[in-house]
Amino acid sequence: MKSWASRLALVPVLLWAVATLCFFLLRALPGGPFDRERPAASREVEAALRARYHWDEPLGRQYLRYLGNLARGDLGPSLKYRNHSVNDLLGQTVPVSLSLGALAFAVAMGLGIPVGVFSALGRNRWADATASLLTLVGVCVPVFVLGPLLVLVFAVGLEWFPVALWGGWTRAVLPTLTLGLYFAARVARWMREGMLEVLQSPHVQAARARGLGEGAVILRHVLPVALVPVVSYTGPMLADLLTGSFVVENVFQIPGTGAFFVNSFFSRDYPLMMGLVLFYCLVLQVLSLITDLLLRWIDPRIGS
Amino acid sequence: MIGPSSSPGRLALERFLRDRMAVAGLVVLVLAALAAGIGPLLLGIDPDRAGDLALAPPGAAHWMGTDIHGRDLLARVLIGTRISLAVGAVGALVSLMIGVAWGVVAGAAGGRTDAWLMRVVDGLQALPTVVWVMLGMTLFEAGLAGRFAQRWPDALPVLRLAAMMICLGSVSWLTMARVIRAQTLVLRQRPFLLAATALGVPPVRWFLRHLLPNLSGVILVYLTLSVPSVVLYESFLSFLGLGVRPPQASLGSLIADGASQLNPIRVRWWLLVFPAGLMALLLAALNSVGAGLRAAFEPRRVDGLSA
Repeated sequence: MKSWASRLALVPVLLWAVATLCFFLLRALPGGPFDRERPAASREVEAALRARYHWDEPLGRQYLRYLGNLARGDLGPSLKYRNHSVNDLLGQTVPVSLSLGALAFAVAMGLGIPVGVFSALGRNRWADATASLLTLVGVCVPVFVLGPLLVLVFAVGLEWFPVALWGGWTRAVLPTLTLGLYFAARVARWMREGMLEVLQSPHVQAARARGLGEGAVILRHVLPVALVPVVSYTGPMLADLLTGSFVVENVFQIPGTGAFFVNSFFSRDYPLMMGLVLFYCLVLQVLSLITDLLLRWIDPRIGS
Repeated sequence: MIGPSSSPGRLALERFLRDRMAVAGLVVLVLAALAAGIGPLLLGIDPDRAGDLALAPPGAAHWMGTDIHGRDLLARVLIGTRISLAVGAVGALVSLMIGVAWGVVAGAAGGRTDAWLMRVVDGLQALPTVVWVMLGMTLFEAGLAGRFAQRWPDALPVLRLAAMMICLGSVSWLTMARVIRAQTLVLRQRPFLLAATALGVPPVRWFLRHLLPNLSGVILVYLTLSVPSVVLYESFLSFLGLGVRPPQASLGSLIADGASQLNPIRVRWWLLVFPAGLMALLLAALNSVGAGLRAAFEPRRVDGLSA
């Protein structure tokens, strides 16, 4: 438990390091954030803009101001979406991305675990071969290939689902599948590996020797142990899920954080960019800590 | 199969050649590399030259059809494959150098150095790596590209590729560092390395002559496995428009072009299907070669964990 607590204590340190690095790297870039707009109407307007965003202060002071606001949870104003703060934009976009992510995660686990279990049990060679082939294809077809292909077949060709946008379950189907199937394939492979390894271990033989039914052996003695690789893969998977959501939100024009994040690179909206980087770091750290707790609960040997 | 000269490398090679999926993957890779390397020369069509025939479906004149500017898609796919594979290979090499250096230092030094180095790896692992690449590319575009563009405008696309290779390589070394450290920890307890240490072999020679040859299998396996992930990241960046810029093409940007032409009124499937299919095929080939190498070098391990 000690190392878990120390990891928890490291989260604010990590966020501080990320904030500092981003702040100075982005400030080191030549040109102000307003240069790309049409030439400022006048010197006064430019000065007023600089003053409004505290761009006229010494760098050290700006940094301290940013950290102070950050400590209070204020990520500052967006430069592109004037009149909106980064917090505002996060408040509007996070629920969308979160529901997309949660649905995709549910698909990944809900489809991946059963497929992995059944293909490992190998009762049916044909089903096992099919599952293996499908998961191999799933692993090799990245999100930015699968998304447009699904649109081509199911939205443009068959017209079963809308092409883009968000809201209502019909619009959610294709983005969820795009993001979820890729990870379902990976989860299935890990689950199958885990099962195959555990099925051969002595404690399973012992359980069988005691005359336990096959169902009980699998449910009580194999599954919990075989889940360990899947759960430990969950941490990196969530990071990849985040990456994938950038693409999926781009392909389906979903107004989530990923779409805003990618756009912030084109509009050089540095406060929004930084705010989202910090937000992603925080989310991933928290989720990886939760995964870690879960792992310790499943397998008490870890971390003791 | 154990002949008179059964070195570990030869045994691994024999195991690899018996793995049909891996050999098939290798064949696909060699063919793709040849096509990307000399294909554009043989084809003789300028991938950037706009033609009169825009959005033509595949036919005798243009085997994969043409894009919205009338450019030959086959020529663009070949040149895009070249860029994707080159970025993947060089990016993987960059990650190899960082990862091996980091892992060997951690494993050989041990103690507090090891603990700190590995803590950094843990910390980086829990950060969204691709976000760093996006930031790195932005820094390059906003900070350096302008200066280079004034002095050597022609070199800018090449410099952008180099920036991408470095960015991608510098975030993909974590697994390599972990594996190399673990292997170093095991190896340095072996008698021959203990003897080398006891004889006072200087560190560089200790590393080059005694440690590195015994790490080469692991390095080869994880180098192969990191190529597809770098290729994937490159295409991801180019898909979003943060990687290669037009008129340059990579498989990712071609897929993005194809995806942007998707509409219910006129289906231009070839713009999407050819680059997307090739991307999937390449990833499958790279992954199966990686899995085959891993199984060949670590025979005790259950194979298939490459995903």
